Amino acid sequence: MNIDYSQEIPVVEGGLKQAHIEELISKPLDTKPDKKFLIAISISGSLLLIGAICLGLTFYYGIGLWGNNQPVGWGFDIVNFVFWVGIGHAGTLISAILFLLRQRWRTGIARFAEAMTIFAVMCAGIFPAIHTGRPWLDGYLFPYPNQNQLWINFSSPLIWDVFAVSTYFTVSFVFWFVGLIPDFATLRDRTTSKIKKTIYSIFSLGWRHSHRNWQHYEKAYMLLAGFATPLVLSVHTIVSFDFAVSIIPGWHTTIFPPYFVAGAIFSGFAMVVTVLIFVRKIFNLEHIITLNHLERMNKVILATGMMVGYAYATEFFIAWYSGNQFETFVFVNRALGPYAWAYWIMVSCNVLFPQLFWIKKIRRSIPIMLVIVIFVNVGMWFERFVIVVSSLHRDFLPSSWGYYTPTLYDIGILLGSFGLFFTLVILFTKTLPVVSISEVKAVADGAQPSHHGGNH
Amino acid sequence: MKRTNKLFGVAALFNSPNEIIHAAKVIADNGYKNFDINTPYPVHGMDKAMKLKPSKLGYITLAFGLSGAVFAMLFMYWAMSIDYPQVIGGKPFFAFPAFVPVTFEVTVLLATLSTVIGLLTFMFGFPHNKQPLLDTNYMKNVSADKFGAVIYADDPQFNESKVKELFTSLKSHSVELVFEIEKETYPIFQPKFLMLLLAVAVITSGTTYFVLNKLLFMQPFNWMVYQDKITAQEKSDFFSDQYGMRTKVEGTVASGFIPYPYSGQTNPTETLSNPLLPTKKVLMLGQKKFLTFCSPCHGNYADGDSRLRGQFPNPPTLHSARAREFSDGMIYHIITNGQNVMSSYALQVTREERWAIVNYIRVLQRAKNAKDSDIEEIQKGLINASR
Repeated sequence: MNIDYSQEIPVVEGGLKQAHIEELISKPLDTKPDKKFLIAISISGSLLLIGAICLGLTFYYGIGLWGNNQPVGWGFDIVNFVFWVGIGHAGTLISAILFLLRQRWRTGIARFAEAMTIFAVMCAGIFPAIHTGRPWLDGYLFPYPNQNQLWINFSSPLIWDVFAVSTYFTVSFVFWFVGLIPDFATLRDRTTSKIKKTIYSIFSLGWRHSHRNWQHYEKAYMLLAGFATPLVLSVHTIVSFDFAVSIIPGWHTTIFPPYFVAGAIFSGFAMVVTVLIFVRKIFNLEHIITLNHLERMNKVILATGMMVGYAYATEFFIAWYSGNQFETFVFVNRALGPYAWAYWIMVSCNVLFPQLFWIKKIRRSIPIMLVIVIFVNVGMWFERFVIVVSSLHRDFLPSSWGYYTPTLYDIGILLGSFGLFFTLVILFTKTLPVVSISEVKAVADGAQPSHHGGNH
Repeated sequence: MKRTNKLFGVAALFNSPNEIIHAAKVIADNGYKNFDINTPYPVHGMDKAMKLKPSKLGYITLAFGLSGAVFAMLFMYWAMSIDYPQVIGGKPFFAFPAFVPVTFEVTVLLATLSTVIGLLTFMFGFPHNKQPLLDTNYMKNVSADKFGAVIYADDPQFNESKVKELFTSLKSHSVELVFEIEKETYPIFQPKFLMLLLAVAVITSGTTYFVLNKLLFMQPFNWMVYQDKITAQEKSDFFSDQYGMRTKVEGTVASGFIPYPYSGQTNPTETLSNPLLPTKKVLMLGQKKFLTFCSPCHGNYADGDSRLRGQFPNPPTLHSARAREFSDGMIYHIITNGQNVMSSYALQVTREERWAIVNYIRVLQRAKNAKDSDIEEIQKGLINASR
């Protein structure tokens, strides 16, 4: 297929009319779940159940069931936390940053990416909570006037994390809901079922597509995007502070904030592409979530992948250039030590495979793209594993060196988080419009006046 | 929803964005104020056509964002420097850089929440599911793919036939009359409503009480905390006298606790003799223990210049003639047994350490009361060392 990149590609393909757009997007909501849906939900539900059992046992017997040891006090719990928070970042990037950059193509994928943000942050939130060992005491993480007359330590990065992740979740959720209001109104007006109508009425809050409302709504959307943009950058920055503010060699680096943010966007886009490949096929949304969308996301993956690769190189350079023997040891040990296997999985998945996206044919070929983005997901999970575990396992004293091996419970909880994520995604595709109806209508051909300001 | 006969407004549908922009322009030019345009998505250029003023929503965001920032910073300042000051990681009480992340997050949180809540409630008056335009054929169309204009009956210029004419002249393909919805009234002092209020109050306060006072103190699995062993002061059903703490069996000695035969006596004879020689190692040990346990009251050089600055009776100097004439055994006895307000240090310092302290006190005494011959000795030593 030959594409002329100098011309603006139509966002919605196939000259779809507005009624068709609405029809296509709301079809999954109006039909009964089919066999494919039930198979998918039973797989993700089983994973969720495995996670729930492992988590229940962890609550009962304590976190001694995990593989964490001395010196590796942070294991899968923190790896998974950072991984899931990172996945969330693509959603906000697509919905907020691309909105501010006036990238009209974002409309087709923004809703889905935002939903994935919310679900990923929910998965992420589990891990620090259970990692405390006694999750029923997590209320103390919030500053409230308690009987002990103590406040939390506001200068601790772990508390910054609590504020960053909870703010991120709240703001993403509000942003998502604000975007959904006009769609709820559209669904309310097209449904014939009385129960559905009541539900949609409640959530649409009485929206009536009035331009007096649209005017403020657009302003609000821009303000929210304006706030979500620095917020999304701050969240992974603060997550990186958990490491960078400590004095462990391998963690104590100033490159961490930008490196983590680039990595988060990289992994998030990979996850969005992975899920969208299936969604557009299953729900026949190929005209709305087009191959052009996927190609653009692959370009972002290529760019952020190289940023991540650059960060890997910088870490090694600084380890050598600083002349700090501890720093040097950690990085040589990372690449050649007992966790070299994890390091080289990370490098090959995150830096080498995405280079294939330089070739246009590969960027636009769905099967190859799917393989690469799954590699990226794996690679980014291993990146967090390398950062957390390989920096810890060889302490300053050789007498306190150790090797971390996850137990079945660790793996079960990781699978469970994937189960939770995909269960929520699958339920979402069946209960809410996966593409923003009003936004896609607004960018369809002929949706806007042929000349601005009226017929004069 | 039952509708009355009272007209709420006249609504007209159009097919294309160009038509609706034109219609909005004409309606506004005709001097109508209370009219609205309903479109399935925001149509560009409509603000200008409807002659709308720019949205003032940003002011809400600004006000709440700034107050979030100020509140967060002041709160952290108060909590960390005034209410419970604590030095953490060598940072100052008001550690500005460390407070930036939380301040930023609170600013964003408050700004976005206030924007959305202000937008939906204050500016839109939502939730409002009883609006007369809802549930009409007109609304069904503008929700899907048509563009609508509506002129409300409370506009000062409103005249049903004139408005209809205007819409027909704009080539609207359907004009609809929208009637008011019958108002339902809900008196406040209805028993049902009062019961609801009461239930809400009880449930909210009960849940808050439970969470803050019970849930946070619950120990779902507490076998690490409560173990089958007797801790100090605990009752035991195993022994007949039910005391968990046991006195030692008569005629036995607990390991490491060799009894001191002269406790309680004022002058325990001269039989106690110093078993340690004043070697460098012993003196270093004595110095260390003296500085830890003796110096707070007796002073670093045993001058009786207590660091406690009169908060506790000052002990006498150890350089008095009386103290210098004490035998080693006497000083050892005072450390072990205590004297006047000084209590026994037998539990804090071991026997060997006590003798080391005695040796160190002797060093201090000699140094503080040095004779000329001592100075000569020292000079000799220095000369020897320099050779």
